[in-house]
Amino acid sequence: MTAPATAPAATDSTNLPFLYRHYPREELLGALRRMHLIRRFEEAAEESYMRGLIHGTMHLSIGQEASAVGICLPLTREDQITSTHRGHGHCIAKGADVSRMFAEFFGKTTGYCGGRGGSMHIADVSTGNLGANGIVGGGIPIAVGAALTAKRLRTGKVAVSFFGDGANNEGAFHEALNMASVWKLPVVFVCENNGYGMSTSTERSTAVPNIADRAAAYAMPGVIVDGNDLSAVAQASHEAVERARRGEGPSLIECKTYRHRGHSKSDRNRYRTKDEIDDWMANRDPIARYEAQLSEFGIAGAAEIEAVRLAVRAEIDAGIEFAKASPAPATADLADYVYTEQQ
Amino acid sequence: MSTEVRELSYSQAIQEAMAIALEADERVVLMGEDIGVYGGAFQVTGDLIERFGPERVMDTPISELGGAGVAVGAAVTGLRPIFEFQFSDFATLAMEQIVNQAAKMRYMLGGAVSVPVVMRFPAGSGTGAAAQHSQSLEAWLGHVPGLKVIQPATPHDAKGMLLAAVADPDPVMIFEHKLLYKMKGPVPEGHYTVPIGKAAIRRSGTDLTIVATSIMVHKALEAAETLAAEGIDVEVVDLRSIRPMDSATIIASVIKTHRLLCVYEGVKTLGIGAEISAMIAESEAFDRLDAPIVRLGGAETPIPYNPELEKAAVPQVPGIVAAARDLVRGVR
Repeated sequence: MTAPATAPAATDSTNLPFLYRHYPREELLGALRRMHLIRRFEEAAEESYMRGLIHGTMHLSIGQEASAVGICLPLTREDQITSTHRGHGHCIAKGADVSRMFAEFFGKTTGYCGGRGGSMHIADVSTGNLGANGIVGGGIPIAVGAALTAKRLRTGKVAVSFFGDGANNEGAFHEALNMASVWKLPVVFVCENNGYGMSTSTERSTAVPNIADRAAAYAMPGVIVDGNDLSAVAQASHEAVERARRGEGPSLIECKTYRHRGHSKSDRNRYRTKDEIDDWMANRDPIARYEAQLSEFGIAGAAEIEAVRLAVRAEIDAGIEFAKASPAPATADLADYVYTEQQ
Repeated sequence: MSTEVRELSYSQAIQEAMAIALEADERVVLMGEDIGVYGGAFQVTGDLIERFGPERVMDTPISELGGAGVAVGAAVTGLRPIFEFQFSDFATLAMEQIVNQAAKMRYMLGGAVSVPVVMRFPAGSGTGAAAQHSQSLEAWLGHVPGLKVIQPATPHDAKGMLLAAVADPDPVMIFEHKLLYKMKGPVPEGHYTVPIGKAAIRRSGTDLTIVATSIMVHKALEAAETLAAEGIDVEVVDLRSIRPMDSATIIASVIKTHRLLCVYEGVKTLGIGAEISAMIAESEAFDRLDAPIVRLGGAETPIPYNPELEKAAVPQVPGIVAAARDLVRGVR
């Protein structure tokens, strides 16, 4: 995932968007793979849920893949993120293994959380993901704490906090942004604005037209990007991460995006029109847009893209088999992990 | 390490523990409202900022929720924050981060992280600060698996338990009664720890066990002196730790004395006394009881402003004496 500062571009043109000027071909294909991996992972998780293999609920980010992948492109494995209830994409974009994610969804001991967390607390600390969070806005101050550690111990790490548009009306958001700015901490706040906090639109819930407008109150840059344009997201992330690494403090990025699915499995979809959903799916799908660009700029043709898709399918299928075959935790181990030293 | 023992106040003992922790480990940072040049609302951090600088003695904005969350995130990623709430009542503003994040993060992530954060809560009534600055909310946090909750009652324990908390890999919540801050007592120099989860028998006796917490330990000891003059021999157990609770020490004491009185400042109903009573009722000590268990806790009211009302809202020495006397004499 590490991006070389100067990479050979796929073509010599300097008119290409940021992404194609900045990343080599294998990185670009890696990004495509991760976007497909997120999409297919969530489709397969949904199928497994429908078939009764996964219980509880889940929040799918299908349609938001460019945001997760684009934000994580400039990050190193050591950089840390906090994620949301809609966090599968962030976990995969940061480098998690889908086999262990499926195992967690299936409640198995081989899952990232030993079957204790499930979809809503998916995490992979080894790749810097400090966890999805069931509390809206709950991860934002935690990311600021990670950035405080980075600054105090001079680790050079950057923290990124993903959250949704709903979180921008939580007190934790405002308190965390203020502290990060006062202390000039290396943190990037990423609002994935998919237009709705559950059923309530941002127009009905938020006093400012853009979440990025909030940045002015905390004296940090606030950037609005088309969250379904991988290059635009990656460019905004690159600039914010570099600013954080230079010790110049936090930034707020607003990725305007859309979730194709409902809020969760209980969603009857009474607050959006079918036309609206169809329009986003047909005309603004982030993966289709990225594939068209890869083709247009001569980076990958249909055959290569199809090869990525097939490889992702095989990886997902293998992941589900791993999860199915893994052992369930013993009920005797219920109290494991409550404390570091068992009571 | 030295074994020199001097008299220090409870707040001086805490400050000394924090200085030792800051000196010993660069990962330790203090965070809180007005703990820097102001020295903390109760002067517990005092002049530590002059010794360790503003990067390690950090004034936070008045943002309890965010500040607690920053402390949690810092703890998970490698610092050892000691976070001071200006008043324990303000924990209400930060319950999300304490209860949903700090307490559960290790479990939710299947043991992939620890959360070595220490939170300090100046608690309790008796300062005329009325209903929003006088509460005893330790039982709230004691209800949450994943947290450790302690209430040191002496300067010795305040220092030793804070140092134990800093060394602990899990979140430790320390409730410090504000009226104890000026109390003096012997405090060894240098580094030592007092284990979390162990009660202490402050006075040995045969007729009645009083299990008390925090400042009530001292009131119980004072009551025990009065009762001794009447020929009633009281054993006083200082609970020290609410979670985990040292059931073994309480059970052994009740088996010895056959009577139990619980004294605590938090609201009586659904409080620490209920837990101790139920624990005894479920234990081998139940059959050894010669009298019903009695609880003395805070009144079912907010803490009032008027000083006489304020005293009436929490257990006082005469009430403890009367309850103990009735219990032993079989009035109840």
